[in-house]
Amino acid sequence: MTTATDSEGGTLAVEIWRGKDAGQFETYTVPQRANQTVLDVVTWIQRHAEPALAYRFACRVGVCGSCAMTVNGKPRWTCRTHVSKVAGEGALRIEPLRNLPRLKDLAVDMTPFFEKWQRAQGRFTPTRTRNDPLTTVSPQSAGRKAADAGIECINCAVCYSACDVVGWDDGYLGPAALNRAWTLVNDERDGDRAGVLKAASSGGGCHSCHTHGSCVEHCPVGINPTAGIAGLKRWSIVELLGGKLP
Amino acid sequence: MIRPARNHPGFWAFVAHRVSGVALALFLPLHFLVLGLALESGDALDRMLAVADRPVFKIAEWGLVVLLTVHLCAGLRVMALEFLPWRDTRKGLIGIGAAIALLVGALFMLRAG
Repeated sequence: MTTATDSEGGTLAVEIWRGKDAGQFETYTVPQRANQTVLDVVTWIQRHAEPALAYRFACRVGVCGSCAMTVNGKPRWTCRTHVSKVAGEGALRIEPLRNLPRLKDLAVDMTPFFEKWQRAQGRFTPTRTRNDPLTTVSPQSAGRKAADAGIECINCAVCYSACDVVGWDDGYLGPAALNRAWTLVNDERDGDRAGVLKAASSGGGCHSCHTHGSCVEHCPVGINPTAGIAGLKRWSIVELLGGKLP
Repeated sequence: MIRPARNHPGFWAFVAHRVSGVALALFLPLHFLVLGLALESGDALDRMLAVADRPVFKIAEWGLVVLLTVHLCAGLRVMALEFLPWRDTRKGLIGIGAAIALLVGALFMLRAG
């Protein structure tokens, strides 16, 4: 151990949800360390106090989007959330993400989240083969700029968990899937942009958004899904008026 | 059940929009009922108008004006967000709407006073 990770002497009182829908909070005492993240705390508990604790992580550096949990009431990426930022009085309460079926402890079933990506046609439709030359897309084009603004999504489901409309309406596609659809309708290489727009603006699509902006507030990588969803609303109305959207 | 993390201006703008809308929807039938008195007899309407001259109705009237402004500004904000190119003015628009509602409320009070 280096001095940077040595204990600062204090301890944290960490409440963690144990169980599935029926369950209870268990409290663990965890040594406080400098530059400790919430994921470090969960991992410490799993290694030293509760080997059966279920949670999910992979990269630990904010790229894979696996480790999102509800921390002191807010959805967060735990690997990049410093304890010092969120544990007011040295207390943490860690729960699974909202709006997704619980599996065990801090792990949720991400299936509905990814199924909705497919329903929103959040996948690239190619028009060329590997033998064709690469398409040149101007970085200055409006479409490229709009796609760039939303393309860095890490699929962590923090926005999906923060969204009120997802909580109210099971059929709503949610901010992440619609943000992906927005990047695709702006991608001039995509072979079925009309299909993406139709999928993203059908029932449960962009027009269900109430523009609360909870997704924008909580997105850990600073994406603004509400702006993309507003773009989809605008675009689909223009296409509808032009008779291009069935 | 985890309580949703809602404490941010966008959510409160939504609540203000929805609550003012419901309050105005409740007010409208009463408003039409009073106007309908004129069809029955001028006297009935005059009696009602005399009742409406009381201070408590003036305060309610002020509330109505503020609610209308809040609802109007919140609705214009949503239309601006959804139909104009996005300029990241989400919270700015909420601030402008709240300021207009306060200003209209204050002007109404000054005029009434």
